[in-house]
Order: sequence, then structure tokens, then C-alpha cells
Amino acid sequence: MARKVLTLAEVRDGALRNVSFEAVAAAKTIAEGGEVVSVVVGASVRSLANELIAYGADRVVVVEHEKLATYTPDGYAQALQAVVEQEKPEGIVFGHTALGKDLSPKLAAKWQSGLVSDVVAVEETGGNIVFTRPIYSGKAFEKKIVTDGFMFVTVRPNNIAPLEKDESRAGTIVDVQVDIKDLRTIVRDVVRKTAEGVDLSEAKVIVAGGRGVKSAEGFEPLKELANLLGGAVGASRGACDAGYCDYSLQIGQTGKVVTPDLYIACGISGAIQHLAGMSNSKVIVAINKDPEANIFKVADYGIVGDLFEVVPLLIEEFKKLKVHS
Amino acid sequence: MNIFVLMKRTFDTEEKIVVQNGKVSEEGAEFIINPYDEYAIEEAIQVRDQHGGEVTVVTVGNEDAEKELRTALAMGADKAVLINIEDDVENRDQYTTAKVLAEYLKDKEADLILAGNVAIDGGSGQVGPRVAELLGIPYVTTITKLEIDGTNVKVVRDVEGDEEVIETSLPLLVTAQQGLNEPRYPSLPGIMKAKKKPLEELELDDLDLEEDDVEAKTKTIEIFLPPKKEEGKILQGDISEQVKELVSLLHTEAKVI
Repeated sequence: MARKVLTLAEVRDGALRNVSFEAVAAAKTIAEGGEVVSVVVGASVRSLANELIAYGADRVVVVEHEKLATYTPDGYAQALQAVVEQEKPEGIVFGHTALGKDLSPKLAAKWQSGLVSDVVAVEETGGNIVFTRPIYSGKAFEKKIVTDGFMFVTVRPNNIAPLEKDESRAGTIVDVQVDIKDLRTIVRDVVRKTAEGVDLSEAKVIVAGGRGVKSAEGFEPLKELANLLGGAVGASRGACDAGYCDYSLQIGQTGKVVTPDLYIACGISGAIQHLAGMSNSKVIVAINKDPEANIFKVADYGIVGDLFEVVPLLIEEFKKLKVHS
Repeated sequence: MNIFVLMKRTFDTEEKIVVQNGKVSEEGAEFIINPYDEYAIEEAIQVRDQHGGEVTVVTVGNEDAEKELRTALAMGADKAVLINIEDDVENRDQYTTAKVLAEYLKDKEADLILAGNVAIDGGSGQVGPRVAELLGIPYVTTITKLEIDGTNVKVVRDVEGDEEVIETSLPLLVTAQQGLNEPRYPSLPGIMKAKKKPLEELELDDLDLEEDDVEAKTKTIEIFLPPKKEEGKILQGDISEQVKELVSLLHTEAKVI
């Protein structure tokens, strides 16, 4: 049953986040041949529309307004309401990001609908669109269907493969005018604490450190390895609590949930709270002095050894590999 | 100030998960106050102590949740409300919970409503913003700081590690992020006092709702455990050999580099 599905594209530092393209791919499955319309919202975002088409959007709706420069639930809800009234879709796909998590329940409530959040897979089976999502901190999964109303969905970054980028794809770009009024929350300031560069929740490679890193300086070799692999640095709660790094790097039940292709855990014991944030990574490497460390139970590959010896050697080997390939 | 906290009793996810008859088995499992809701309860108590008023902790659940409500009372909340819809509504989801809570709250003239930003069992993170929308009040999610001055409110919000400083006003709903505070443990006198504090129990009828009004919009059709991970490979030998082998395995076997 073909249906029209919207996606909300997300902009960070003037560029589209990857999850925007993953949302398009999810929407394609949900649409079952129907139209996929991506919505991009901001103060000046029109130039980003073509990239969404290259990733598979049939059409892009641009909503520009100076009051939409920074995300607020009221502002974005007004923008999306205007788009929904015009487009009359049957579903909307968001990223399961700070923005998507904040906005999607408001819209689901407004339209008296369900919302399937934190989706890691979408498939069409037996006439149903079936969503898979983790529950119990990733220790189990559930499959859900929407039984009534709109299909609101948030997709976890890094889980649904985007379509191949193809600049020759054709699509139209349309503008929707909105009058944004009565913002009940105002963002006065944004304090940047996360590092420049690769976004932790979207990184393909994460090099994470735990208490075993011992100091803020101890993170330096991890940063070098992450840079070399085009990845990001993460940390366990223990390392954050000890003051070795900022809480913005924390991966775990409290903190970020990540699913990179490669997760290299250095000096991390593997407390349940940490595993909840990373155990669904595709490949896990553990480096720890303690052969009994819990992290080895979830690791695909383990090296029992001192991270300060192993990580520099790894950097060396990866450099060699880079030269050869 | 009239303060409400939305609380959920959750399965302690540090427990081993067993799936039985298509459901996660609760046999012998530990239940706790959802950890993010503990931050909400603590913050509510601190706001009340500073500005005066009353803290009411509300949960949608079954009679088992009385234990967690008593814990919240022992921490220092003034009143507790259990909305027991287990016998009335067969199919429940976040739509259901939010609708029930909003119906309960709509004539309570709440100044401030606090909740956890997500429950660690279902992990949907929907109920707080849904309730705010249904009540027609603003909300801020994943907050790490709350300052109230009259009806003006300044909030710091965690946005994937960055911080937003937000200005808004009461009435308001906020959801708590780790870092907001350090939840207290109930004291012995607190536990004694909690036994005498009011705990009201309501059903769907008391809220003038019918099952049809709150029936779920989504349905779980299957619950399963992740495929057992194959035993990992602990590399052997000289460290530099291990490193060489690891890089080669990541490149050729796992194909992630």
C-alpha cells in the first residue's frame, strides 16, 4: 500500500547529518512505492536540498524563517504543521537524535498518534511495516507495528543504510512559508562542549577509554588512533567521573548509545552501564590488562595487555595498512 | 508551588533478561524507580524546599508500583498517586500512558511537572513531551540545571553533550538528564513518615476515560534476544604480533577497516 512519507532532515554546523539520509532510506521502505518528501528547516538551508534528492528524496520541502535558526519545539512544530497540512503524509521519520527525541513525541501527541522510537531496522513483512527497536538497554529487541493513525518513527543513527548517493537523481524543491510565533522556550546560548570533527553518535569508528587511561593526557594516543581511522573518541562513565574527559564523551546507559562499525575499548572494564551504550556495535575490540575484564565477553577480538603499549603499536600498524591500500 | 513528578517503576536492566512466551520474564527480577525519574523526584523536592509547595508523585502502573511510590514518599515527596489501568486497558503504549496522565493532570493547576527523560526498560522517551503537549504547556527535555525565579525559569539542557541555556516560564514540564542532581537515599525517619503519607489509587473510571480513548496506537508483535555473539577471539603471543594480527583481522575478516 503506497503511502506518502515525510522525513525531517537535520542540520548541524551548516551541513546535513548522516541520519537525515538514513531517514530517507527508512522512509522509502515505509512508503512502499509512495512518495518520500524530505523537510529541511532552518534560517538558510535551501542549498542543502539537492543532497537529500541525491540520497533518494523524491521531493524536498524547504521551510526557512529566521526564528528557525535554532531548534525549539514550538518553532519546529509550527513549521512541520504547515508542511503536514500541505502535504498530508501518512508518516514522518525523524532521527533518534536530541532534536528528533524532543520533537517527535510532541507531534505524535498533537496528531493523537503512536510513535515508534529508536528504530534500528524497518521491513515490510506480511502486509505490515515492521519496526525493530532495542529494549531493556539493548539486552533485548522488540518488533512493533503501528495499528492506528500516523506512522511516526525515529531511527537510531548508524543502523539503517542510506541509499547510494546519486547526483543524477531528479527531484523537485518547494518552499513552504510559515509565520513562526509565540515561542515559549528561547535558546539564549549554546555552549559547545563536544569536540569538533566527527560526531560521536554517527561515527563509524570509536576509540573509547576507561579508567585504565589514567589521566586526561592518557587520552592523547586514543585521539591519535581515532583521527587516523576517521573516527571519534568516547569514554566510559568511570573515565568521565574521574575527570579524564568531558561528560559529552560518555557512552553508556547514561550518556550516548552508539553503534559504530568498529568500537575499540581501551582500559574499559565493561560495566553493564557501559555495555548498554555500545554492545550493539558491529565489531568490538577490547584492550585491557585484566584478562577477566567483563569487556572481553562482548568483544570480537581481545588483546590482554597495557593500552599504552598496544595503542601506539596499533597506530603504527594502521599507518602501514593505509600506505599499502 | 504545585509540583508533580511522573514516575515509572522499571525492571532493573542490570538483571539478566529472559524471554518466556514472547515476553520478558519478570520472575524474580528486581524492580526499581526508573533512574532518570529519581533525578526528577530529587529535583522536585529541592524546588519545593526552596520555593514552598507540595510534591505529588504520579505513576501509571499496577499495585506493585506502590513500593516505588513509597520510596519516593520516603525521599521526601508529599503525596503519591497510583493510576491503575491494568484491568481496564488491554493494549497500552506511550499514547495510553500520556493520555491517562494528562487527563489526571488537566485540572490540577500544576506549576511544574518533572519526569525522567527516558525509562530504561522501554526506552521510548516519549511520555514527558506528550503530556506537555496534551496539557498545552511548554517543555524542555534532558535538563541538567533548573533555576526558578517567580514564574521565570532558566534551564540548562543537554544536547548530545553540548549545553543549551534556555529561558522559559511556568507552568512547565521538564525531563531530567543525568547530572541534574544526586538523588538522596531515603532516610529511616523518611521511611517511617512515608507510611503515613497519602497514597491515592485511581482507575480509568475515576478519570472519566473509556478504554477506547486510550487504546494503544502501536503493538509489539515479537520480543527476542539479540543473537548470541560468537565467542570472541583473545589473541595470543607477543604483543606486537597480536597487534599485527588484529589489524589484519579487522581488515580481512571483519572488513571494518
